[in-house]
Amino acid sequence: MDLFEEPNDNAHEFSVSEISGAIKRTLEGEFGNVRVKGEVGRVVIARTGHMYFDLKDDRSVIASVSWKGQVSKLSHMPEEGMEVVATGRLTTFGPQSKYQLNVEDIRPAGAGALMAMLEKRKAALAAEGLFATERKRPLPYLPEVIGVVTSPTGAVIRDILHRLRDRFPRKVLVWPVAVQGKDCAPQVAHAIEGFNQMTPGGALPRPDVIIVARGGGSIEDLWGFNEEIVVRAAAASQIPLISAVGHETDTTLIDYASDMRAPTPTAAAELAVPVRLELLNWVENQGMRLTRSGTQAVTLRQQRLSDLSRAMPKATELLEGPSQRLDILSDKLDNALRDFTRQKRLKLTEASGHLRPSVLTNRIAEQNRRLDDRSARLAPALARGTRQHRRDFTALTSRIRPAALKEKTALLSERLVPLARRLTDHANRDLADRKAKLTALDRLRLTLGYESTLQRGYAVIRDGDKVITTTKEAKSASALEIQFADGRITLDDTPKAAPKAKKPKPPEQGSLF
Amino acid sequence: MTDTPVDEMSFEQAMKELESVVNRLEHGDVALDDSIALYERGAALKARCEAKLKEAEEKVAKITLGADGAPTGTAPLDAG
Repeated sequence: MDLFEEPNDNAHEFSVSEISGAIKRTLEGEFGNVRVKGEVGRVVIARTGHMYFDLKDDRSVIASVSWKGQVSKLSHMPEEGMEVVATGRLTTFGPQSKYQLNVEDIRPAGAGALMAMLEKRKAALAAEGLFATERKRPLPYLPEVIGVVTSPTGAVIRDILHRLRDRFPRKVLVWPVAVQGKDCAPQVAHAIEGFNQMTPGGALPRPDVIIVARGGGSIEDLWGFNEEIVVRAAAASQIPLISAVGHETDTTLIDYASDMRAPTPTAAAELAVPVRLELLNWVENQGMRLTRSGTQAVTLRQQRLSDLSRAMPKATELLEGPSQRLDILSDKLDNALRDFTRQKRLKLTEASGHLRPSVLTNRIAEQNRRLDDRSARLAPALARGTRQHRRDFTALTSRIRPAALKEKTALLSERLVPLARRLTDHANRDLADRKAKLTALDRLRLTLGYESTLQRGYAVIRDGDKVITTTKEAKSASALEIQFADGRITLDDTPKAAPKAKKPKPPEQGSLF
Repeated sequence: MTDTPVDEMSFEQAMKELESVVNRLEHGDVALDDSIALYERGAALKARCEAKLKEAEEKVAKITLGADGAPTGTAPLDAG
């Protein structure tokens, strides 16, 4: 019996990879297309772009993965806690003995789950301030260009265009987008951004207002307008934006971010433009009022003018009174002149009665008399005046007295004497001082001179005028003269060698020895 | 009154201005010379409003998009 004989068994023996491959085939064959309902667990998006997440219920967990290319096509992104139905196929990961669900699409499981998610997203965006009232822009009163973001086919665009035509035909630019499905959100967001990027006066006219419209549908159909990118694009739009998505009862998140929400696409068109006919009527009415008030401004003034001029008196009336007065006065004028002349003539006659030559001669005689009288008084008056002045002069001369001058001279002489004495005294004193100083200086001079040394027994020997200071000089001298204190003696040539001759001394320095 | 020349006013501006001109004229306390100037301005504003209202012309176009999703131009839209 072979010790190594295998158990008596026909079972096929697999290698690990073989069995792993077999499992893979089986799983993928059996579960090539499954729908799995569950709650989303932790979601991780790897740097590669692949997304890993768990699907779970109260008892089990299944690892799920969506590859990078699949992630962008998902109609909903899984969020933790979300009830979903995932569509995909099961596959295995041999190297780790794992199996996983490769998810190709995810949908929220049921309306409840969808609404819960919507509420959560709405709260988050509201917290960012995207729905704030102060962000809202007023709609232009009369836009030149209207941008419509919607499907180019179908009732919605038709309704909008009809209503615009009824009210006020305008230029309309339609940006075609998918209004449902996974392309809806990115295309709508892109369209809003695209309209905003147009420059006024550019190749494409920039709209003055944007309408984002879609007809009614299920919550899933309208879902694209709940997506964050659409909401953000609507909030960021510089161009005022009207949202008209679904029916009046449907509210999507774009309605919160838009500047104005219209219940229907038709209503959006009504919000966008005023009614042209009404405006025409209004302008017509204003024009009438303008003309009426303009005319009235003139007619009222004309009326007032004519009223005033009626109240004005007639020119002839104004003159009646004065002309009558003129008549009366001119009547009076003739008489007045005659009377006046008569009166003056009367006065002249009266005055000329008094005018006789005697009146003049009398006056001349009178003046002559007064002249004679004055000339008679002239000479005595002059003599009297002279006498008076002479008297005054004498009185003044008598008041000039020499005594006063003498007194003053005596006083000044007296003051001069002591001054002269002080001058002499001072001069004498000064002279004596100077003499004394001179004597003292002379004495000093004598003591400092060589003569004083002679008193003490020294002598000066000379040859003529030259002073002899050495024996050599003495021997060669022709005659020697000795000066003593009391006088001089001259020695002859003969007793030249007299030893008793005193050593000649230098006159000044010698005093030291 | 705004300083914008009447020719450059938007419909709404011209409309508001016209309304205020008419109101002032109707009020009647404007000097005669001023009221004539005001009347002329009102007439110009009315003409501007009418011109803007006459511009009511319908033109509908669909934006054509390139492969990258960027607008390339316009095409007539047949909305049916």
